[in-house]
Amino acid sequence: MRRIISLLMENEAGALSRVVGLFSQRGYNIETLNVAPTDDPTLSRLTLTTIGDDLRIEQITKQLNKLVDVVKVVDLTEGAHIERDMMLIKVRATGAARDEVKRTTDIFRGQIVDVGPSVYTIQLTGTSDKLDSFVAAMSDADVLEVVRSGVAGIARGEKVLSL
Amino acid sequence: MELLSGGEMVARALEDEGVEYIFGYPGGAVLHIYDALFKDCKVPHILVRHEQAATHAADGYARATGKPGVVLVTSGPGATNAITGIATAYMDSIPMVVLSGQVQSHLIGEDAFQETDMIGISRPIVKHSFMARRTEELPGMIKKAFHIASSGRPGPVVIDIPKDITRPDAKVEYEYPKDVKMRSYSPAQRGHTGQVKKAARLLLAAKRPIIYSGGGVILGEGSELLTRLARELNYPVTNTLMGLGAYPGTDRQFLGMLGMHGFYEANMAMHHSDCILAVGARFDDRVTNTVAKFCPSAKIIHIDVDPASISKTVMADVPIVGPVQSVLTEMLTQVAALREKEPNLPDQGALARWWEQIEEWRADHGLLTGRRYAQSDQIMPQQVIQSLYRATKGDAYVTSDVGQHQMFAAQYYPFDKPRRWINSGGLGTMGFGLPAAMGVKLAFPDMEVACVTGEGSIQMNIQELSTCNQYNTAVKIINLRNNYLGMVKQWQDMQYESRYAMSTYEDSLPDFVKLTESFGHVGIQVKKLEDLDDAMDEAFSLKDRLVFLDVFVDPMEHVYPMHIAPNGSMKDMWLSKNERT
Repeated sequence: MRRIISLLMENEAGALSRVVGLFSQRGYNIETLNVAPTDDPTLSRLTLTTIGDDLRIEQITKQLNKLVDVVKVVDLTEGAHIERDMMLIKVRATGAARDEVKRTTDIFRGQIVDVGPSVYTIQLTGTSDKLDSFVAAMSDADVLEVVRSGVAGIARGEKVLSL
Repeated sequence: MELLSGGEMVARALEDEGVEYIFGYPGGAVLHIYDALFKDCKVPHILVRHEQAATHAADGYARATGKPGVVLVTSGPGATNAITGIATAYMDSIPMVVLSGQVQSHLIGEDAFQETDMIGISRPIVKHSFMARRTEELPGMIKKAFHIASSGRPGPVVIDIPKDITRPDAKVEYEYPKDVKMRSYSPAQRGHTGQVKKAARLLLAAKRPIIYSGGGVILGEGSELLTRLARELNYPVTNTLMGLGAYPGTDRQFLGMLGMHGFYEANMAMHHSDCILAVGARFDDRVTNTVAKFCPSAKIIHIDVDPASISKTVMADVPIVGPVQSVLTEMLTQVAALREKEPNLPDQGALARWWEQIEEWRADHGLLTGRRYAQSDQIMPQQVIQSLYRATKGDAYVTSDVGQHQMFAAQYYPFDKPRRWINSGGLGTMGFGLPAAMGVKLAFPDMEVACVTGEGSIQMNIQELSTCNQYNTAVKIINLRNNYLGMVKQWQDMQYESRYAMSTYEDSLPDFVKLTESFGHVGIQVKKLEDLDDAMDEAFSLKDRLVFLDVFVDPMEHVYPMHIAPNGSMKDMWLSKNERT
């Protein structure tokens, strides 16, 4: 099952490599990874998606908690949450495809953020599923480049991940 | 406040931390620190002959004393040579602080002379690591390193120190912190009372109970409490390779080691048990055999200070996260309270029947009671361990290397006290035994320290005979010499139709007696059984000398019992070359 694990860690050199190293060392999979400092400059928020059964996810969260640089860990998929992935996608937009790409972008509520004589660059935000669907919908067009931020997530309601 | 340079801070902090020995090897990047040690430091430094030995010696010291071992090495090759020893300590959760030199800050990343990314290389095998960036960070960093290394589930901590921050001319204020506060590190202080209560109830309801304890009981100083609990309930106890000595090895309730080369009665009792109390053990693959077939009818109570050890391979029915001392103390209270209310617990009839069954197993195939190993016209390796046990009255510190000799020592030298059996269980590091013995002997100069080894392992760190000469560390080396890499040969006998692929030295071995003598020690060769006991006694009568006892043993002997793998359970064992359960 796909899980979104989010954690706070010390904003220190080497902290990220410990988290990433743990995954490769123990044979866990990382699907997406997103990391940036928080409002507290001493802390970084890292969000990753991974796939595994309950036992494996339990091991992953336990092992992450063991890392001395990691302050708090939460599995967002355990409760109601919001997840967002951001994509920039560059597609060939010439002839009939130019209108079609624009229409599909509107349907997905994306924005064309850069226009060239023969290309569009589209920005799209949403769940990973939505972004996947958009890429699939572009299958007839000529997709030149895709870049995604990786999933960032937050719990719904009063629940917060903080110190 | 006093002004000190970075080098002086390292020396002073080690003093303030109460360090007894530094095991190390100088080099360019740590010369400022060494100069500070030379000028003013009360902590003696032991100069090893290879950095791997520094880590093993510090490790042996830590296992014997319970205090963190301290290592000081230079950058580059000094640091990489230390890696095997750090990994050894990590796998067995041994407290250790490793200070490694690093090239000057402005050279980092430029492939400078003797530069290596020590933080990166050591990352998967340390509990934590620090990169020092400023001189004033050093005291706090060293304090944190010792705290992390020795609390919770212990482990090695590396501090990488660039040369420029130890410069003698850059002095800053020094104050060694009294305590440590870390928002991201707080190991469990006590177990959950509700869980302990639940466990006590389960334990008392058992009809075929067994206590399975590991290295965690020794590390957590829980031996006395464990022994009290076992005796109060009259429950059988088995120890892992790492846990030997946590329960008295000569006690009637002790079933011996369990696992791949565990005692028949221990493995049988585990397999047939209906309730396993696992304390500070981690259900290692060398214990469980095939996990899917592990102890089919047992409910499992698992006590460990590290939550990640619980339900990692085998699911626990009652998990308890906490230090063994506090959890076992509470367990004793809960058990007493429950028995006050229900004095007929546990079921004495069922327990008597369980013991009857265990005694039957013990009589059939017990290594120390029933079964005898095969005899030949040569010295059997087991006889050497028994002779060692006799000569030392079972009261020595025994270190070992890795292989057949390690298993024979674990089987035939019953340890009555914790911290007496010192071996590399998790990583299985050949070359561990001699430097570890050095560390133990330095910690306890008046105690007998024996290193049980083989000619394969001893040659991996034999240069330390020179260190032993310099510091007069009078350990006894008991070499079970069979001219093969014995355990490799055993597997080749059992699984590769005795094709001995690169596992024999033919006639290339050194004359160990002359070799030992050239290092200033005593060498004794034993080829006949009738000379064994006398030679052993002679070795131990030479109190102030290192003695290398080179004993020629039957090369064809195998270690039994041995779990049948793959797809075997705990009860599936080879009992001899042609007999299985």
